[in-house]
Amino acid sequence: MGLGETVKEMPIVVMKGITKRFPGVVANDNIDLEIRKGEIHALLGENGAGKTTLMNILYGLYTPDAGEIYVRGKRVTIRSPRDAVDLKIGMIHQHFVLVPPFTVTQNIILGMKFPRGILNLEEAEKKVAEISQKYGIKVDPHAQIWQLSVGEQQRVEILKALFRGAEILILDEPTAVLTPQETKELFKTLRSLAKAGCAIIFISHKLDEVMEISDRVTVLRNGKVVATKKTSATNKRELAKLMVGREVVFRLRKARAKIGRPALQVEDLHALSDRGLPALKGVSFSVHEGEILGIAGVSGNGQRELAEVIAGVRKATSGKVLIFGQDVTNRSPKEIIDLGVGRIPEDRLQMGLITDLTVAENLVSEVHEKFSDKFFFLPAGIFLDHAQINNYAEKLISEYKIVTPSRDALTKTLSGGNLQKLILARVLAQNPKILIASQPTRGLDVGATEYIRRKLLEQKKKGAAILLISEDLGEILMLSDRIAVIYEGKIMGILPAAKAKIEELGLMMAGTPLSKIRGGRK
Amino acid sequence: MPPQLKAKIGLPKFRIEKRPPPPLLTRVKWYVLSVVISLIIGAILILSAGVNPAIAYYHLFSGALGGKLALTETLWRFTPLLLTGTAVAVAFTCKFWNIGAEGQMLAGATLAAYFGVTFVGLPSWVLIPLVTVAGFLAGAAWAAIPAILRAKFGADDVVTTLLGNWIMLYFVGALVEGPWRDPYSLWPESPAIASAARFPTLIPGYRIHIGLIIAVLISLLFLLIMRRSIWGYQLKAVGANPRAAGFAGINVGRVLITAAILSGGIAGIAGVNELCGTHFHLKGIAMGAVGELSWGYGYAGVFIAMLGGLHPLGVMLAAFFMAIMINGSQAMYRATGVYSPFWRVMQGVIMICLLIGIFMINYRVRRVRE
Repeated sequence: MGLGETVKEMPIVVMKGITKRFPGVVANDNIDLEIRKGEIHALLGENGAGKTTLMNILYGLYTPDAGEIYVRGKRVTIRSPRDAVDLKIGMIHQHFVLVPPFTVTQNIILGMKFPRGILNLEEAEKKVAEISQKYGIKVDPHAQIWQLSVGEQQRVEILKALFRGAEILILDEPTAVLTPQETKELFKTLRSLAKAGCAIIFISHKLDEVMEISDRVTVLRNGKVVATKKTSATNKRELAKLMVGREVVFRLRKARAKIGRPALQVEDLHALSDRGLPALKGVSFSVHEGEILGIAGVSGNGQRELAEVIAGVRKATSGKVLIFGQDVTNRSPKEIIDLGVGRIPEDRLQMGLITDLTVAENLVSEVHEKFSDKFFFLPAGIFLDHAQINNYAEKLISEYKIVTPSRDALTKTLSGGNLQKLILARVLAQNPKILIASQPTRGLDVGATEYIRRKLLEQKKKGAAILLISEDLGEILMLSDRIAVIYEGKIMGILPAAKAKIEELGLMMAGTPLSKIRGGRK
Repeated sequence: MPPQLKAKIGLPKFRIEKRPPPPLLTRVKWYVLSVVISLIIGAILILSAGVNPAIAYYHLFSGALGGKLALTETLWRFTPLLLTGTAVAVAFTCKFWNIGAEGQMLAGATLAAYFGVTFVGLPSWVLIPLVTVAGFLAGAAWAAIPAILRAKFGADDVVTTLLGNWIMLYFVGALVEGPWRDPYSLWPESPAIASAARFPTLIPGYRIHIGLIIAVLISLLFLLIMRRSIWGYQLKAVGANPRAAGFAGINVGRVLITAAILSGGIAGIAGVNELCGTHFHLKGIAMGAVGELSWGYGYAGVFIAMLGGLHPLGVMLAAFFMAIMINGSQAMYRATGVYSPFWRVMQGVIMICLLIGIFMINYRVRRVRE
């Protein structure tokens, strides 16, 4: 970094020697970071690298164990988000904190003080409109939050920060919930904010995005800064290596497998969401042996309900689920498992695993009844054979490289990637003929993601029929043979992956049926 | 990354953070510490009654443990406490919040009393198993109702089991004041059960009876079930995360209902224990005052299950500790004049300290440095 450059662009935030320890881990280890005015600075790193912790320190959610923070050249102590807001720092979390029945404006002014305690909603609305005009952030200030799409809700969060005068904006994995089009829109907004002089910190583990949007990038690994680079002076391969600490293979070769008979068929499936509203409105498709059918779509369009109905934990209100021609609609999870269906649920912690039980106990949760033996004079079927369970668990732990202190460790002590490996081991050990994988790599680091994807392809090669439900369009394109797009509980179209175009998929994800897209072109 | 917590609670210089589950020894340490601190608070209370706590506690412990009579009396008290504690622990393990052990005890005692009074001619070896099984079934049935209501309709089990206590209490009261009343007794109580239905004593001249053996066997059976059985595994799984358990193919509703049946049944046996081991008459509400078939053992069961960390052996220790507190309080009263329901106060104090202790197991409080 040249000296002239630093003088020209005085850093607005300087973090020096930041260290934060959690029991058993050093989340941030002597981290130095410099953010300049008007730049988009990406914070890149795998899960657990310490990105979010570092930003939570800057936003006052954590206090560092050591280190100094300077904002606009002045040494500061940030004890709470309120302090951060006073320093014109704003943070947009991965999960939005909005009140659904309130309007955009009401949400934006929530918790703010007004002169003489009088709420002037009209003035606030005017100001919201002004800010959204200034930065080109399109949101209707009168709309209620529940009426808005996820992308729009995110814009509200950004407005909220700007309304409070934020000049330093932290975004934690902002694109995780967006369609490609919405992502584009967000990037436009971020560029115009940077142009207006805001400093933007963009937390991400997606290399493509970092390359596209950032001016500079700081790579974290295991709580340490590995490098800070000008984005224009680096490339994806180098960043990936810095992030993971080794070379990474980007493209997995799609294995060819023999397409067999239809394994899983879904016919005109209807189901309700948790809130009792229609979530699936006539979904039909089939998956064949040796094939991966990808279900693309923005989250919340019925993917969860679809997976749950097939898994047997949600009732279909009408329609059919067939497994090798046998009607299994609304059967119990146990019956579905026994028919050879492996299920990787999207919610690992709530649905997939019993985190208060041990690793071994979770590895056998679907099959524990098979580990029974005679006990004195009592027949098999009453008592568990722990020796057998332990052997089985040891075998799977080493086969699937699950990193755990021992088979008897509580499952909640495992990292995200290892939790998913545990589920994968449990499911694949049964040699499922059909596999339902929901968001199998969401939130996982590059290494674990690669591993999981390889395993899915391996399974397909063995002739399993795989239903891959993912919000990650790249993943869908990389793994699937055919792609179906789901929108508001309906399939917008199914097309071979080889012929799929990103723009088309994006349009379908936003609710245009394939027939209309193709029809319109002719 | 460790579990993070956004919670930043009140106090300016401290911060509460979730921590990974500590080893067993640390947990035990906090449980013991909770009890020790409670005893210190108890000492302050005793002091405020104008008595030297050291002397009071001496009488409390020697009155519960010093000598054959004291010890057998404590074991006699320990028996129903171990049963209700185990009953509640079974239910709590799968997060079926059974606060109704008191009512289930009464239900068990009622059906046992019916058999005990009716089948006068039967020999002991038939009648005792008969009343015990009857007590189990009645308690189980009474607990099954809230469990089914919860499994099928999602009715709050805390409310339904708790209210069940009052229904059963007044039902028994009505029975012993009305159709079942012993015409020769001054008190509203049933006629005495057949002597063949009474639990034989273990040591002639002392009150401890075979109920103690039944209770310990049930407790050990609970240990075996939790350690080794398929059902114990499912019980634990459902308690830890019912959604994930259901997803993995476990029939959550069935586990819940069987747990309730077992829990209520054990509480029912506690009722039989009181009827056939101590009182021999079914007793109930007399003119608005609660009859003394149970000393609130059903409610104490909740306390004991919690203090024992829902672990069979922990429950055993907790029940024994509770028995010491109850019996010792009476000895303390006789010797020093500190009013004997002291143990009820202590039950509350320990509960509060224990909840703080459990909190300290799951969270750490850190000093925030500037």
